[in-house]
Amino acid sequence: MTEKGIGAAVLRREDRRFVTGKGQYVDDLNRAGQAHACFVRSAQAHAEIRKVDVSRAKSAPGVITVLTGEDVAADKLGSLPCGWGITNKDGTAMAEPGWPVLAQGRVRYVGEAIAMVIATTRQGARDAAELVEVDTSPLPVVVQATDAGKKGAPQLHEAAANNQCFDWEIGDRAATDAAIKASAKVVSLDIVNQRLVPNAMEPRAALAEFDTNSGLLTLHCACQAPHAMRLLLGAFVLNQAEHKFRVVAPDVGGGFGSKIPPYAEYAALCWAARRLGQPVKWTSSRSEAFLTDAHGRDHVTRAELGLDKDGRFTALRVSTVANLGAYLSAFGPLIPTYLYATLFAGQYTTPAIHAEVRAMFTNTTPVDAYRGAGRPEATYMLERLVETAARELGMDPAELRRRNFVAADAFPYQTPVALLYDSGDYAGALDKALELADVKGFAKRRAEAAKRGMARGIGYSTPIEATGAAPSAIAGQLGARAGLYESAEVRFNPTGSVTVFSGSHSHGQGHATTFAQIVASTLGVPYENVEVVEGDTARTQFGMGTYGSRSTSVGGSAIVKACDKIIAKGKKIAAHLLEASEGDIEFENGNFTVSGTDRTKNIAEIAFAAYVPHNYPLETLEPGLNEQAFFDPANFNFPYGAYICEVEVDPETGFTRIERFTAIDDVGNVINPLIVHGQVQGGVAQGIGQAMFEQGVYDESGQLLTGSLMDYCLPRADDVPSIDSGLTVTPCPFNPLGVKGCGEMGTIGSTPAVINAILDALKDYGVSDIQMPATPLRVWQAIRNGSAPQAAE
Amino acid sequence: MYPFNYHQPKSAEEAAHILAANPEAKILAGGQTLLPTMKQRLAGPSDLVDLGAVGDLAGISEKGGTLRIGAMTPHAEVAKSPVVAKAIPALAALAGGIGDPHVRSVGTIGGSVANNDPAADYPAACIALGATIHTTNRDIAADDFFTGLFQTALADDEIITAISFPAAKKAAYTKFRNPASRYAIVGVFVAQAAGGVRVAVTGAGENGVFRVGEMETALDKNFSADAVAGIAVPADGLNSDIHANAEYRAHLITVMAKRAVAAAG
Repeated sequence: MTEKGIGAAVLRREDRRFVTGKGQYVDDLNRAGQAHACFVRSAQAHAEIRKVDVSRAKSAPGVITVLTGEDVAADKLGSLPCGWGITNKDGTAMAEPGWPVLAQGRVRYVGEAIAMVIATTRQGARDAAELVEVDTSPLPVVVQATDAGKKGAPQLHEAAANNQCFDWEIGDRAATDAAIKASAKVVSLDIVNQRLVPNAMEPRAALAEFDTNSGLLTLHCACQAPHAMRLLLGAFVLNQAEHKFRVVAPDVGGGFGSKIPPYAEYAALCWAARRLGQPVKWTSSRSEAFLTDAHGRDHVTRAELGLDKDGRFTALRVSTVANLGAYLSAFGPLIPTYLYATLFAGQYTTPAIHAEVRAMFTNTTPVDAYRGAGRPEATYMLERLVETAARELGMDPAELRRRNFVAADAFPYQTPVALLYDSGDYAGALDKALELADVKGFAKRRAEAAKRGMARGIGYSTPIEATGAAPSAIAGQLGARAGLYESAEVRFNPTGSVTVFSGSHSHGQGHATTFAQIVASTLGVPYENVEVVEGDTARTQFGMGTYGSRSTSVGGSAIVKACDKIIAKGKKIAAHLLEASEGDIEFENGNFTVSGTDRTKNIAEIAFAAYVPHNYPLETLEPGLNEQAFFDPANFNFPYGAYICEVEVDPETGFTRIERFTAIDDVGNVINPLIVHGQVQGGVAQGIGQAMFEQGVYDESGQLLTGSLMDYCLPRADDVPSIDSGLTVTPCPFNPLGVKGCGEMGTIGSTPAVINAILDALKDYGVSDIQMPATPLRVWQAIRNGSAPQAAE
Repeated sequence: MYPFNYHQPKSAEEAAHILAANPEAKILAGGQTLLPTMKQRLAGPSDLVDLGAVGDLAGISEKGGTLRIGAMTPHAEVAKSPVVAKAIPALAALAGGIGDPHVRSVGTIGGSVANNDPAADYPAACIALGATIHTTNRDIAADDFFTGLFQTALADDEIITAISFPAAKKAAYTKFRNPASRYAIVGVFVAQAAGGVRVAVTGAGENGVFRVGEMETALDKNFSADAVAGIAVPADGLNSDIHANAEYRAHLITVMAKRAVAAAG
């Protein structure tokens, strides 16, 4: 009965519809009489708006209305909200300038929405948008966070002096400074975590409708957290109470974090639909997506690692300037703080850690969560430092790591930067990776490559991350403006099938499969009899959504809790039917049995009895079999891994190819190994993207130079090697499934492994550092500028 | 897209006539550059003259050592043609490396040559092989055809009908791709024919395809990779962008030339 339950490599049930083009995305939805919106966007990165003349656009064919920032102000729409507040070093609150739905008086980045044209056709809206005349007066521009705080820099917001959002710190500064000073060796690096553009396969889209009879506003949008979207847009922007506001996210084609925020376009469409009493639809073009989807990363960091004479880490000191873009995106402040610096211990016992982060506003697209969100930046910094230390000390990088790992018997382990690690065997994962990667055979492979004129290198990374956000109480103390539990409802139907409602929402993760497996195992029902419902505030009572690798550990655990309630009630019903006492009823594999007897009732029979209560303890028990649960985790969980990358560099051209990639992950118990391996492989591809290919580049005037796939390089199939992935299993003690998040590990772990491998390949050329992405141009320049450029010739 | 009038002439002459009558008209061959540009509203021709129904513009033939490829022949046809493979295998290989399968199935040799994108592959082949561009009006030597960035010798109402390539003794094309667009950052076509060696470079020059005389002279004397390995091309006049600066392009020209000579054997 449970051969498709927990642990089974079940093919994803949703994939048939996706690969045959039957998925239903927002853009597939259409309503009778719908209008189409097109946004007039700023072509300038920073300018005063003198006048927006919509008269010509309004009289264009098919135009229903044109709305501007003045209309937003007149209708008293709220500012787009930020979901996380950060406290400065000095105890004051971060600067929190507003972000209007449509620009008011000033634009601060290229792509910012100035006006919205609504017309009967999409083409008509676009034609009319070109007729909106925006009279502006350009202002000086700042695009780099490191320039934004300089004297004389252009100022973006009155509410943010010197363009600073916050100046934050964590850890013990005095102890860290002292320990660095006392270290036998200090390794330092200047690191840039370049800006990335998420590029989900499905662009953002929305369809808003307003029922003038009931006053119900419905927003269909491509998002990762429909309930949070409803909460943030309804309460903060639209003044639309939740009982009259439904948010539906149907199939969502990827997000990587970029589909979390309550975007201006979604607010604008809801507002327009409510004003007009007419459905309004908008689908982002790829060009718009480049300019307006929240970007990721964009850190500049100075990091120093102290070591004693035996290679033990004594202290880590990090200073980062983070670019938040022009406005505060929903979780923008969280990413470079609590999702970043709290991971600085890595897998190591570094006793003293201090980090400070200044976050700046610039004339660029706002920055928010992007797969890994803070943790890739942290891991890249730390794993680069560790490998650099090994190289400078002449130590085997695996041995240096082993010497500093938190021991397998030291859990739970309290780090100096707030987190309490749950469980792990870090050396075990590394050993497995060394074996799978055939590290012993590397020297031979390197020699063979050299014969072909190629420089071969090997690089390691032993990443850790915190997933399963979050204990709500702790999150609240750290600045969260919402809870971070998840909800579930498990509903037995009268004839024995089960419908599960989750507040998570899959945007590619395979919840329909994973959650059904969990229910099949927990309740002992056939996998095929379980249906998973997500993505609709009218069907699931509440939820916090999918991001930060939280869905199975938090959402899945809520499902288990609801199943436990079902079983508890089932025992009462079974006791009645089997004429036994409740305490004597045992539940296993879907059957309620009187202990020590063969008297048994299947859970389907119990469900039928609950809905057709002819023989039922009605005086003490309500009919029906339908339970809800919320799960608020007691701690984060801490997946970890060991990654090994081998590259070959063509020293003549700088062209680099990844020849081997090994990924060992420990994500605790595994619900579906196919999905876990798939997540790792996709994540590794994305991490390779940051290491070698992707960069969001602005010129000095604030124009995005990499605004299309002609210039923004996503990794392609032939750029990504076959990935040897494996698992170790150390169950998480903080959730009933024993699972840890698996959605981001590949991205977090792979990037430093790739760069470390490239630097290993280039060490004979006198190259000790390279910035990402390590493009052929950069690799060639590094070789040319290296201290031993002719070494291999 | 902006609205446009669509024409489907049955002959090249009829197409030329429509072009002459509509100064803002554009020719639609494979459309692999034009259509995306129009979708982005970066081009708004008044009229599109679709050559798809002009029957005699496609096809490959060989006669007396000269390969003739109809303007509307898709890259994929050139890539898989046994006639091309026999006459000038380097040209078949070049065609097989253009864009991706979709582009190769729809994009045409005439469209590519007429567009003269500075990073396109065919212009390098035309120059290195000493091709002749046949049009509705005349025959134009490749040397006279490519006149600058996206500029050619074609008159507004002149349409390419075919391109003739004299077979070479030895030829090879080597390209270093832009990691994002996969267009050539530097592509070098080397050909040794009766009239001597030609080295044509695409992807690198500010004004499009160009020849490297110093390499040609060296290869005329000694057709070997070593002969060009020491020849540095000046960075002046080469493109610079986030993917490759002019110095890198200059360096890659030497490396790609060396590899092309080695591949030509």
